[in-house]
Amino acid sequence: MCEPIVQAIEAVRVGATFTALLVRSCPGLPEELPGNWVDAMKRVPGFLRAALVWSSLIAIAGLAHADPVRWQLNMAPGVTETSQAVYDLHMIVLGICVVIAIIVFGAMAYCMFAFRKSRGAVADTTLVHSTWVEIVWTTVPVIVLIVMAVPSTKTLIRMSDVRDAELTVKVTGYQWKWRYEYVGTDVNFISSLARDSDRTRQLRSGLDPAALAKDGVNTYLLDVDKPLVLPIDTKIRFIVTADDVIHAWWVPQLGWKQDAIPGFINEAWTDIKTPGTYRGVCAELCGKDHGFMPIVVEAVPKAEFQRWLAAQPANPGSVSAMASNYSAPTSAAGATATAAAVPPIAR
Amino acid sequence: MATVLPPAATGTAHPEVGHHDDAHEHPAHEHSVGFFERWFMSTNHKDIGTLYLLFSLLMFFVGGSMAMAIRAELFQPGLQFVHPEFFNQMTTMHALVMIFGAVMPAFVGLANWMIPMMIGAPDMALPRLNNWSFWILPFAFTLLLVTLVLPGGGPAGGWTLYPPLSLQGGNNVAFVIFAVHMMGISSIMGAINVIATILNMRAPGMDLLKMPLFVWSWLITAFLLIAVMPVLAGAVTMLLTDKFFGTTFFFAGGGGDPVMFQHIFWFFGHPEVYIMILPAFGIVSEIIPTFSRKPLFGYQAMVYAVASIAFLSFIVWAHHMFTVGMPLGGELYFMYATMLIAVPTGVKVFNWVSTMYKGSLTFETPMLFALGFVIMFSIGGFSGLMLAIVPADFQYHDTYFVVAHFHYVLVTGAIFGIMAGCYYWLPKWTGHMYNETLGKWHFWLSTFFVNLLFFPQHFLGLAGMQRRVPDYNVAFADFNLWSSIGGFGFGLAQLLFAYIVWSTIRGGAPATAQVWEGARGLEWTLSSPPPHHSFTTPPKIDDRMLAHGDVTH
Repeated sequence: MCEPIVQAIEAVRVGATFTALLVRSCPGLPEELPGNWVDAMKRVPGFLRAALVWSSLIAIAGLAHADPVRWQLNMAPGVTETSQAVYDLHMIVLGICVVIAIIVFGAMAYCMFAFRKSRGAVADTTLVHSTWVEIVWTTVPVIVLIVMAVPSTKTLIRMSDVRDAELTVKVTGYQWKWRYEYVGTDVNFISSLARDSDRTRQLRSGLDPAALAKDGVNTYLLDVDKPLVLPIDTKIRFIVTADDVIHAWWVPQLGWKQDAIPGFINEAWTDIKTPGTYRGVCAELCGKDHGFMPIVVEAVPKAEFQRWLAAQPANPGSVSAMASNYSAPTSAAGATATAAAVPPIAR
Repeated sequence: MATVLPPAATGTAHPEVGHHDDAHEHPAHEHSVGFFERWFMSTNHKDIGTLYLLFSLLMFFVGGSMAMAIRAELFQPGLQFVHPEFFNQMTTMHALVMIFGAVMPAFVGLANWMIPMMIGAPDMALPRLNNWSFWILPFAFTLLLVTLVLPGGGPAGGWTLYPPLSLQGGNNVAFVIFAVHMMGISSIMGAINVIATILNMRAPGMDLLKMPLFVWSWLITAFLLIAVMPVLAGAVTMLLTDKFFGTTFFFAGGGGDPVMFQHIFWFFGHPEVYIMILPAFGIVSEIIPTFSRKPLFGYQAMVYAVASIAFLSFIVWAHHMFTVGMPLGGELYFMYATMLIAVPTGVKVFNWVSTMYKGSLTFETPMLFALGFVIMFSIGGFSGLMLAIVPADFQYHDTYFVVAHFHYVLVTGAIFGIMAGCYYWLPKWTGHMYNETLGKWHFWLSTFFVNLLFFPQHFLGLAGMQRRVPDYNVAFADFNLWSSIGGFGFGLAQLLFAYIVWSTIRGGAPATAQVWEGARGLEWTLSSPPPHHSFTTPPKIDDRMLAHGDVTH
């Protein structure tokens, strides 16, 4: 009688083991195999094994990893409370959709099976209307939508609150690089695609994208010459703008993206909990090298951040205080008349 | 008021076909006009419908070849075939050609063919306008496609033409804008014709609430077209003056705002999305009852659902731009409004499923495509609901998750709806049955490959791959490989469709007037193929021969 229960427990155990294995086989993590996983897998029926493999694959996305991994199926929960809230919302809505899909597609499958003419089904042509059933399937979705709307609203309100930031970083998008300014300091610099990625991405370069790796993680098109260094456990406000066309600053691990619009300033914030290297990209089409202006954030402990900041050369050409509003056209990319001519307007 | 023009009135409306072709003559006289006169000067709704459909098929393959170029470059990481500049031209042109050249003309072609036959009219209300609205299109698309071989290449800023990027294009900007204007004029004229036909040409007894759902969905779509195409024209005209005449509508340096373009564009763009799906809803609402041998469940609810979706389409546009930095109140409003669309859409899906319940189902090719539509369009609907959740959209926006979403809605939605309609009505149009075995092969190959093509793109987007890039990190290689294989397979499967259509036109088992056992409606009372002028005298309508003859529900 308890046979199925034992099997289920075993299956869960094997699933966890296999998940651990998959995580360990990810680049960058220590290679060590759990002892008897192969034997354990053999005791699980084939279809269950397949299901386990896939659920494990989904599960690996649930563990904090800083980079996209091969066969990743789901969103990363990220490294901030916001990104975790966004991930939870995503999973709630996905779950509701899956349940509705099972009900609706199940009903369709039943109809397709049960009411085949070839199985002698005769149509009931009087069944054309039912007021109460239509009321039900109008009101129930409305209730489900309200259930989704409540946590979404809460999260959104939280995300839009940029008050009480301890550090402000100004991000400016250029074709095709980013400028970072630590507002209130003299530190500002350009961050652009790393040389090795740039060489490899040339048309028919003959170089192997798989060969680019740092600490066992493939960094092709996701590496820069000079990363944005940020302190952890600090509320950081970003003011985001652009110099030429619209860009969008996106680091998936932080849980949001924000458009960078020439002549205007957008705001967003983050509070990173885990030190690490987090990679992102420009998400708004901005011309030929849109795919080649990545973002790398290095989150470090506060003290280390202060040391790093103090060691940076002052960049006298930069405008560091908010009072002057806009970066002077000193960048190598050259500011266009567009943005330089007008003070940006906060939306 | 169901005014029916006497056939003679429409006959005299096109004197240029003149002495040979007027309504007093017999169908046989269509053979007496020459090729040029028949196909270039035609005012006949069927011939123009055929022209629209063939043009659409041609554009489907043109846009499809661009998709093949995109998927070939994305087959593996690294740049193997094209420069990023050309890649961006391909994504931009693929979208413009598929939206304005393939999907929209296909629906207009189906409307041309079917609406007069479904409402008991001899032809469209405005036959010469009809001719004109078609013949603008080849010129518009010549203008658009020729930019690919001009110095500077084609437009590369995305089909949404967001400034300032789109204004960085060279002279192609002027070509594209002029082409868009022409397409807009064509669409507006087509829409006027549809509304005039439906409101004025119905046979006595064809009350509004007895009209086939396809006619209803097109009536509503036509109003959407008239409302939003001028908005697009305004937006691109402002681009034109910004580019060439020194205005600064979208230029912060002159007091303008690039985001204002996005608001105007999506005020057109979101209804446009429904312009491409509502007629497909109509087609599926014809096919599922036919092959369930049972009337459509909840007819009036279906009509009201289409109308509600059309209304909502005007008040949700900014959900395409949640990341531009709108105020909190704006984001909340657009989130709630967008979520509401799930309600009428859900009603439609539930009604389709209920139509099948206690039916007598068979699974000919049109039914397969219609069922494929319901399931896969729903998948696109689910991801649409997910995209409405603003905090989650901050992650999904501009990733492959969005690419997967709108291709589920437009390929397995709109295109599958069009395919279903083509198989459903092809015997009526040609007088020949298509090859059912090949049709089923076409369906199963398309369905397998289209899912291999687009489903993994959900994973890519969630894992962090942004859209509109020619190259990607190695972590995304596996699913891109699957996706490309799916793309090539789907593309090849469509050659089978072209062959099936061609061979059905050439010959095949003769089709009866009824064609399908369960089919109801005026179009099935006409011979296959139907006479030159569909109903030269208004048909006497018996409610039992209509798909929905009972106005009480």
